[in-house]
Amino acid sequence: MSSVTDVAPVAATRTPGGEPRRPRKPRGGALLALLAWLIGILFVLPVLWMVLTSFHSEQDAATNPPSVLAPLTLEGYRSFFGIGTGANPWPSLLNSLTASVVSTVIVLLLAIPAAYALSIRPVRKWTDVLFFFLSTRMLPVVAGLLPIYLFAQFSGLLDNIWLLIVLYTAMNLPIAVWMMRSFLAEVPVEILEAASMDGAGLLLTLRRVVAPIVLPGIAATSLICFIFSWNELLLARTLTGTVAQTAPVYLTGFVTSQGLFLAQVCAAAFVVSLPVLIAGFAAQDKLVQGLSLGAVK
Amino acid sequence: MSTTIERRRDDVGTPPPPPPSGALRRTSDWARRAPLLPALVFTIVVTQLPFVVTLVVSFMDWNAYYPDERGFTGFSNYASVLTDVNMREAILTTVVLTVVVVLVSLLLGLGIALLLDRQFRGRGVVRTLMITPFLVVPVAAALLWKHALFNPEYGLLNGTLTAIWRLFGSQDAPQPDWITTAPLVSVEIALVWQWTPFMMLILLAGLQSRPLDVIEAARIDGASSWQVFRYMTFPHLRRYLELGALLGSIYIVQNFDAVFTITSGGLGTANLPYVIYQTFYQAHDYGRASAAGVVVVIGTIVIATLALRTVSTLFQEENAR
Repeated sequence: MSSVTDVAPVAATRTPGGEPRRPRKPRGGALLALLAWLIGILFVLPVLWMVLTSFHSEQDAATNPPSVLAPLTLEGYRSFFGIGTGANPWPSLLNSLTASVVSTVIVLLLAIPAAYALSIRPVRKWTDVLFFFLSTRMLPVVAGLLPIYLFAQFSGLLDNIWLLIVLYTAMNLPIAVWMMRSFLAEVPVEILEAASMDGAGLLLTLRRVVAPIVLPGIAATSLICFIFSWNELLLARTLTGTVAQTAPVYLTGFVTSQGLFLAQVCAAAFVVSLPVLIAGFAAQDKLVQGLSLGAVK
Repeated sequence: MSTTIERRRDDVGTPPPPPPSGALRRTSDWARRAPLLPALVFTIVVTQLPFVVTLVVSFMDWNAYYPDERGFTGFSNYASVLTDVNMREAILTTVVLTVVVVLVSLLLGLGIALLLDRQFRGRGVVRTLMITPFLVVPVAAALLWKHALFNPEYGLLNGTLTAIWRLFGSQDAPQPDWITTAPLVSVEIALVWQWTPFMMLILLAGLQSRPLDVIEAARIDGASSWQVFRYMTFPHLRRYLELGALLGSIYIVQNFDAVFTITSGGLGTANLPYVIYQTFYQAHDYGRASAAGVVVVIGTIVIATLALRTVSTLFQEENAR
């Protein structure tokens, strides 16, 4: 590697007087760029293949070697949405949407005040509290599954979407608290205090100073929480049945092969992944902050 | 880093100078705590309480099929978890799966992050392409690998082999049955594909937070690219590598979706979460499932403690900046 990235002779790059230097273009840079492109395409290939196959007919989807240039059709989507097959994925998609959106709203309602008490007007030992939240996210879900199941059975909440909403809220709360805290910590406290003395200027300050910092943070946090809730399988699989099953649980119906059904599987996988792909691309710049629980900006 | 800045930051964290009376101070303390309490109480009730119950049940003889035999049995569930062949295999599978997936995706992620840290045309596009695998719903990704890629008859892998062999005029391309011949490796490949972007994102963020002026200075002083990487980039990146490895471990130890979907826990791929799911959901052996759950938690605590320490170090640096 060092031989490829080796830079030009050192003396040539030395500029007197600290002038801004032009970024060097090492030899082999084009090759490394090509390599990066190849790897990127290799990683995205399975997804592209999924999308392409979902638009093929079942016969064309199941050929060997693959028929890349086969005519496009909506057959797979028609079967997934139940035209001619009697399948109905809508309730599960709607359940996923309900569980993800409602839990995200509750997460924000709980996390924003908590983040305020951990940044702008911090309680004593606020770092300990912050790390307590984080430690709860590291507790494996399977460790609490049985008591939750027994409680749900006892209280009649099995197969009820509200149970998932509560659990997804708890699952995402630590991430949301961490993310919101890191955004609120950027709010200039002095300006806020001066404005609250002023009284009249408070609303203006909130709109001009606080909102531009906090609103993008709320947007990024919501998208991350949405993704985690939408993806969840273990809790949904264990605690829901026919009524409250979510989209990932519906997808598990495709685990065993049923004759020619590859186009339909790909259509199903793509439809269920679409909201996450959209949310993920929208939150691209904040994705790493959410995934690292706010540790990396 | 700079202690003065850190101290000033800490001052913000402690309450203002003591107000005149103790009662007043207590009121103001509670006013500060109030916004925190709903989130805190909610978290404790929903995440900590169930675990306490699991702990209690793990010492009980409790199978839903034999409701009359319920009672405390001491450590017998733990003994059966640790001596049972299936459970021991599941523990081993969990360790192998986690270590392989984390290490491979970390190394791949590092290589790709280094490539993406350079200026080139379309860098943003490649970064977006790279994160796409992570944005496929885990069950959907597992289905995709199982049916569209690994399938021995019409999967893309064997289809590509056929196409390549035909290109050279041969009709007998190898057509391995990937999942049957190498079940655990198949699961690992699918997981590495999903987790490499995660590692890449964290490491790229680490690379881009390097103090560039120092590296530039070292280059001017004649340091080679390898020396810059070995003595400057790598030590800076170490914490991000740790963070990626630890968070990745925490998520992959818990993996259920891929094992459930690709192999349904068969062919020696059942990891602890899957076995616990089975023990409790199908065999209804609540005591043993709980004991196995506690074993997972003990394993996770070790990783989690290290993870919390790494996050804490990064957190202090971030605040000191």
